[in-house]
Amino acid sequence: MNTTIRALMGACAFGALVTAAAAETTITVATVNNGDMVRMQSMMDAFNEAHPDIKVEWVTLEENILRQRVTQDIATKGGQFDVMTIGNYEVPIWGERGWLAPLSDLPADYDVDDLLPAMRGALSVDGTLYAAPFYGESAMIMYRTDLAEKAGVDMGEMPNWATVKDAAAKMTDKDNGIYGICLRGKPGWGENMAFISAMANSYGARWFDMNWEPEFDTAPWQDAFKDYLDLMTNYGPPGASSNGFNENLSLFQQGKCGMWIDATVAAGFVTDPAESTVADNVGYAVFPNKEGVDNHGNWLWSWNLAIPASTEKMDAAKTFVEWATSKEYTALVAEKQGWRAAPPGTRTSLYENADYTAAAPFAKLTIDTINEATPETPSVQETPYVGAQFVSIPEFQGIGTAVGQVFSAALAGQMDADQALAAAQALTDREMKKAGYIK
Amino acid sequence: MARAITNRRKTINTAVAWAIGIAIFFPILWIFILSFKTEGNAIATPLKMFFSGWTLESYGLVMERSNYFRFFMNSVILAVGSTLLGLIIAVPAAWSMAFVPSKHTKNILMWMLSTKMLPPVGVLVPLVLLFNKLGLTDTHFGLVVVLTLINLPIIVWMLYTYFKEIPGEILEAARMDGAGLKEEVLYVLTPMAIPGMASTVLLNIILAWNEAFWTLNLTTTAAAPLTQFIASYSSPEGLFYAKLSAASIMAIAPILIMGWFSQKQLVRGLTFGAVK
Repeated sequence: MNTTIRALMGACAFGALVTAAAAETTITVATVNNGDMVRMQSMMDAFNEAHPDIKVEWVTLEENILRQRVTQDIATKGGQFDVMTIGNYEVPIWGERGWLAPLSDLPADYDVDDLLPAMRGALSVDGTLYAAPFYGESAMIMYRTDLAEKAGVDMGEMPNWATVKDAAAKMTDKDNGIYGICLRGKPGWGENMAFISAMANSYGARWFDMNWEPEFDTAPWQDAFKDYLDLMTNYGPPGASSNGFNENLSLFQQGKCGMWIDATVAAGFVTDPAESTVADNVGYAVFPNKEGVDNHGNWLWSWNLAIPASTEKMDAAKTFVEWATSKEYTALVAEKQGWRAAPPGTRTSLYENADYTAAAPFAKLTIDTINEATPETPSVQETPYVGAQFVSIPEFQGIGTAVGQVFSAALAGQMDADQALAAAQALTDREMKKAGYIK
Repeated sequence: MARAITNRRKTINTAVAWAIGIAIFFPILWIFILSFKTEGNAIATPLKMFFSGWTLESYGLVMERSNYFRFFMNSVILAVGSTLLGLIIAVPAAWSMAFVPSKHTKNILMWMLSTKMLPPVGVLVPLVLLFNKLGLTDTHFGLVVVLTLINLPIIVWMLYTYFKEIPGEILEAARMDGAGLKEEVLYVLTPMAIPGMASTVLLNIILAWNEAFWTLNLTTTAAAPLTQFIASYSSPEGLFYAKLSAASIMAIAPILIMGWFSQKQLVRGLTFGAVK
């Protein structure tokens, strides 16, 4: 009898274990190694406590590898990832193709209306949201207030390119290793072309006319690119053709740059006293425009959480995405690491929070620049595409990187501006013909 | 008659050899130093780097964030597994090519080598689709097979070269003494080719350990080796050099230590038959 009871109890215990294991859903989240993403991984105790039935496995990869892996996975319906971290470049393209699950049934307490309109617009196709923004950014000028004061420069809140050039000239002190301006030069559609495209937007240029003909041979592009080369050649650091976001960040933090025009997210890094030697001397201004052109670059980027339509764990994936992009998560980060660490650029409520604006002096400019970005009209001229510092077509990654290599070569002194623009025009024309946009 | 080498020439040769050695080793030394710095110090001027701010902070953060031992064990399984599977296929193949050559042997050898000339990305999509279909993505077995196929031409070529150095008469004598094919390969050929086989094994473990293209593209979590562990510490926005360096040192340390202890064997094997 005893043996029978023991056997039955054992069977029950085993059954309970099996049931518990079966009830647990494991989701795989692919992400990049950004500060905010890493922080999210350290907050997982709260998620696990609230959702003990969902186990999250992380795959953190370098940005380009991640992009390749998730594209490969979603295009081949590989099913390796249940949640993907993707940019606002991919979301509309993948959403339109039906590769992403629509996020149209978010609960009321998620407060979808709290998402910044610019972000929500950039992540929607025909009014349907296909990804939830985790953090977002625009671009702005970060400059050394001490150097500006010493040089007698007044940047103001909305300087134009002439002011920037004048300031760069005055702040440059090459003998002491200080360069007036640091800008991206490393080739890549998300590296130098993000900056140069935004700069071209602010000069009134556009990538394509309404017939998809490239426009590198037009005056606004010529002016923008020649001014970029002029600024970098005369006032930029040596070897700038190898500098991307991180290299410029490190130069600025070491006090080598008078100005740095880049993503707003950089403000958090350059004002961090643990890493930056100039943390107390940083001022901010709006991304410049060419005098008379009502466009400040239209830079808009966000890292977003999206769910592949092919996932078999849709409910668990949605639960995770809702949690990670919720107000509740922002409050959790603030509680554990302070308001300065809250993921920026996604929710209106964050910028209405006095604690956050007090902790992040760059908050107002960030929200203003994000709100002013209009990805649906990137240039003052009419465009056949939407986008911001990129063109939202699948071919842009290849074209943008190829043009970026030509422009980087010009910055390295291997060709002049006219040759680079002519080469960019020819290669873009060829690729657009090959892709069928131009007959 | 051997030429006399002057002391001056000897000094110059030694200096040049040291300079080349240091130049080759310098990136590893640099990574090693950075791994013991804070992110702030890692980007500071070189002088600051050498003389101050040594810390284990990056190692602590990496250990806290990642399951290093899972990545490490996956690397061991993939490197050892693919090398063993490669040997099982390559030993008989190299034996037949070395001792029972046909008129097509040279062409087959060249064809095998030619597969190494194909850019891997050329077969990425077909292989990904095949792996998805067969359920091999993110499995040890799938990766072991792929790594074996990648390194098989090298294993066959190396073993073929070593086997060619062994006089055929010895094998013939073994056969005369009644040894079958199994005994001939296992008890006569293998012991004589041990130095060559050891260097083949070592080299292939190193190649499989360092293989990044396929291991990054065909794994997610369960079979992800140390290459993915390193890739997870590169950041598009923010400083990461110290943590990336710590992760790199942790990833290369096991293979570096193994290479250090077996360098004599490795060099002996690689130069086997070079001088007659």
